[in-house]
Amino acid sequence: MSNKARVPAVDGWFTMDDEPKLLASRGVETGSYFFPKNLAFSRNPAAPTEALEECTLSRRGRVWSWTTNHYKPPAPYISTDEFVPYTVVAVELVDEQMVVLGPLATSCDPSELSIGAEVELVLGRLYEDEDNEYVVWQWKVVQ
Amino acid sequence: MAVEGRSVSDVVVLGVGMHPWGKWGRNFVEYGVAAAHAALADANVDWRDVQLVCGADTMRNGYPGYVAGATFAQALGWQGAEVSSSYAACASGATALNAARAQILAGLCDVALVVGADTTPKGFLAPNAGDRPDDPDWLRFRLLGASNPTYWGMYARRRMEMFGATPADFARVKVKNARHGVSNPNARYRKLVTEAEVAASPMVSDPLRLLEICATSDGGAALIISSLEYAKAHGVTNPVRIAALSTVTPSYPNTLIDMPNFSTDSSFGVAAPERGFRDSIAHAAYEKSGIGPQDLDLAEVYDLSTALELDWYENIGLCKEGEAEQLLNSGETTIGGRIPVNPSGGLGSFGEAVPAQAIAQVCEIAWHLRGEAGDRQVEGAKVGLTVNQGLFGHGSCVILKK
Repeated sequence: MSNKARVPAVDGWFTMDDEPKLLASRGVETGSYFFPKNLAFSRNPAAPTEALEECTLSRRGRVWSWTTNHYKPPAPYISTDEFVPYTVVAVELVDEQMVVLGPLATSCDPSELSIGAEVELVLGRLYEDEDNEYVVWQWKVVQ
Repeated sequence: MAVEGRSVSDVVVLGVGMHPWGKWGRNFVEYGVAAAHAALADANVDWRDVQLVCGADTMRNGYPGYVAGATFAQALGWQGAEVSSSYAACASGATALNAARAQILAGLCDVALVVGADTTPKGFLAPNAGDRPDDPDWLRFRLLGASNPTYWGMYARRRMEMFGATPADFARVKVKNARHGVSNPNARYRKLVTEAEVAASPMVSDPLRLLEICATSDGGAALIISSLEYAKAHGVTNPVRIAALSTVTPSYPNTLIDMPNFSTDSSFGVAAPERGFRDSIAHAAYEKSGIGPQDLDLAEVYDLSTALELDWYENIGLCKEGEAEQLLNSGETTIGGRIPVNPSGGLGSFGEAVPAQAIAQVCEIAWHLRGEAGDRQVEGAKVGLTVNQGLFGHGSCVILKK
């Protein structure tokens, strides 16, 4: 186990507890959800001046689609010296009625995926430096 | 000069020109100037008579690319024309054309140059350099490695799941477009491709393989457009006309995940719009022109991937949702069929030169409507459509008729 500090790769996008959740915002009049969180303005044209409040998104959703990338993407993606293919999953959140992207959990194999399969939010390592391990939200297939 | 407020009956394409697509590695201004010279010669218009220059910007070539209109005006020789520059990602060319067309329709000018060109780095298109953690285009690469083909791969898999599309269907789009592009002097890839070659090419973003994904290219394209009255005064009695142009944005909630976003809009508590964004792009042009999909003789659609070409068949109303594979496999979208799609060879044969691409689509349709498309001519073509989408919510559709 590394002694490095575990820090989010991006601030304010997800909680860091054992049951992590994506942080979003919600219009107080329309109930529209926005991810990533934006408290400055509502993008719902029916209520452009409505106030926004922070909320969390459902931890579970269903796979809408996915792809495995077999080529190293350009910076600012940070990849290890030996590039490892990685999978990006699009997940439908039923209550929020939206699709949210995220990496497939590194503990899962893409062969476990199917459209409609249930997935759950976890945290996983994105990259590390000398001091920190930077984590990001990931989708893990519910067995 | 035009008298302000004078009524204009129609805007026409008087001249078209392109610099061939490739990986030439020269300054983008050279390609744009070459395309502009070709379009001016095609229109038989002296550069010094052009009253407005509308440039489509490139974001990959520094400041000259951000002010493309002025960059090309200077390169062609300052002559005092009015200028504008537009950026709308892949739709930049249509936005520049729209700027020029609106001024002509308003009677503010008679004749304009629309031009775009690009020099592209090797490999995937990447976000602008520097640490920009509040820019979704930067963050999607940083946090997800979500390159453009990532989104195209997800769309392709969805198509397989929803409609039973197969990798062989996708490969046949490439085979068709390669056959179309083989004789196009402006295409970068002019070689026949077999289904087996597609299937043997490396996997990029599963299920899409290397030969199914649009490359990045250098190239330039230009148009001379004018009022119909100006064209007639120049002895052109039956020019190609711009029947409609759409540069629509999505309607909330936009429910299809789109580059460079991390999520769709939420449809909680709101009715989904009557049409999804991609459907709305051509629909707006159909509404404006009174022309419908049944009237088209050919179409140039934005085949960033093979599978995406099939989506476009449905989005522009060539067939119902889920029937694109059948339309492709029937041969109707091949030259000689009922509605040839991408007779130029499409992005599959060109690769993408972002600011030039929507202009190049118009060049291709114009050549067909004039009967000057050579070996790839769609016989008797009278009406053609271009469609394209730029990331961050840019629609682009042009309907041309003779």
